[in-house]
Amino acid sequence: MSGNAKEQILDFVRARYPQAEIDETQDIFALGFVNSLFAMELVMFIEKTFEVTIPNDELKIDNFRSANTMAELVDRLSPARV
Amino acid sequence: MTTQAEIAPGVLQVTDRKSARAFVDTHIVPYADAYDRQGRVPEELLERMTAAGLWAPFLPGDSGGGGMDLVTLGEVHEEVGRGCSSVRSLLTVHTMVSWAVQRWGSPAQREQWVPALGRGDVLAAFCLSEPGAGSDASGIASNVVEKNGGWVLNGVKKWITNGQRADLFLVFARTATSIGAFLVPRDTPGVEVTPIEDVLGTRASMIAEISFRDVALGPDALLGPSGFTAGMVLTGTLDLGRYSVATGSVGIIQAALEACAAYASRRTVGGSLLKDLPLIQAKLSDMVTDARAARLLVAEAGRLKDAGEASTIMATWVAKYFASTAAARHASEAVQIHGANGCSHDYPVARLYRDAKVMEIIEGSNEIQRITIASQAEREII
Repeated sequence: MSGNAKEQILDFVRARYPQAEIDETQDIFALGFVNSLFAMELVMFIEKTFEVTIPNDELKIDNFRSANTMAELVDRLSPARV
Repeated sequence: MTTQAEIAPGVLQVTDRKSARAFVDTHIVPYADAYDRQGRVPEELLERMTAAGLWAPFLPGDSGGGGMDLVTLGEVHEEVGRGCSSVRSLLTVHTMVSWAVQRWGSPAQREQWVPALGRGDVLAAFCLSEPGAGSDASGIASNVVEKNGGWVLNGVKKWITNGQRADLFLVFARTATSIGAFLVPRDTPGVEVTPIEDVLGTRASMIAEISFRDVALGPDALLGPSGFTAGMVLTGTLDLGRYSVATGSVGIIQAALEACAAYASRRTVGGSLLKDLPLIQAKLSDMVTDARAARLLVAEAGRLKDAGEASTIMATWVAKYFASTAAARHASEAVQIHGANGCSHDYPVARLYRDAKVMEIIEGSNEIQRITIASQAEREII
């Protein structure tokens, strides 16, 4: 799941910023890409694509810093793991 | 317990565009100019809106709503906007706050507020703009500090739609680390509401300036954690507000079209009906075309919202920009078609003209919209 999730998340970010070179470990906040609009799009993309609901206590900046951390979040919220 | 039918007998539930149109034609259109002159929407209409289930029909059925999809909600708001932009503005801000509490609220916050918001027992207002900060949310000066396990709020909010009447305020204020969203009941000590009268447009939307002086709030006042989430509470809530304003702008174009078609069918000049003059036909055809185009853009944004697609945010920016600029353009032409009559209270187009201008400013000025749309295009295309 998480390998696939990482790729889908990277595809989403790269589609928004095609000129940027981003890998799964890079901090997209440090790269200056994230504004409140993109943050909302990211949350909506993750919830829609992976069929999860992100609870308030998981809406922490560290969960969204990189494709790796977002994929880990998806793994934690995925019903298959329950 | 008093039923809705007893509060407003004969008022039917609004469930779609058709029932919304019937409600608006019966209860709003005949009185919209009077609301505009009086500078307020009467309680009687607010009660009828409650009886019709108009306040937050998108909420789940067990939360006081009807689970209405957002495409249909947009159609309902368009119809209300066709009748009166002030009334639609009340729905817009109530929708924004109701959605925010449903989306971001804790179970306790949802239990406390959502059913009452859904029924319309509690009316809500969205408090972002300040004397020194409008579309630029980063300029917010209102602040909260943590104290005794709760919060103390200070600041002034301005241009607050339904601020004169609302029972619950969603207030955005600066925390130690970011901007947070706080639920503040109107009757909290330290809250002072000052009506703002005699504005250019949406004159009946009961706008107010609201001061918060050492307002003590409990820990449960914060909607969602501050920090990363707070930005999304603001972004998501404004997105829905922008959607509603876009739908209302379509309603203004439709109202302008209907007023002009009626006027041009009976007014003569030089022995000809206005409707037979090519320059008038050109104006009417542009209204028809832009109404349809704006309606399609709005419907697409709504469809993407219903599907949970992230692209709805940009689709909504585009829809609001197109619809609001078209509304301002066509409302101006509507006054032109009516000539001196259009400058009077005898026809609705002067109100439409003033209301349409407001649509270009609220929920993100059109200048901000163009910057945002262009920057998205720059990232994706250029």
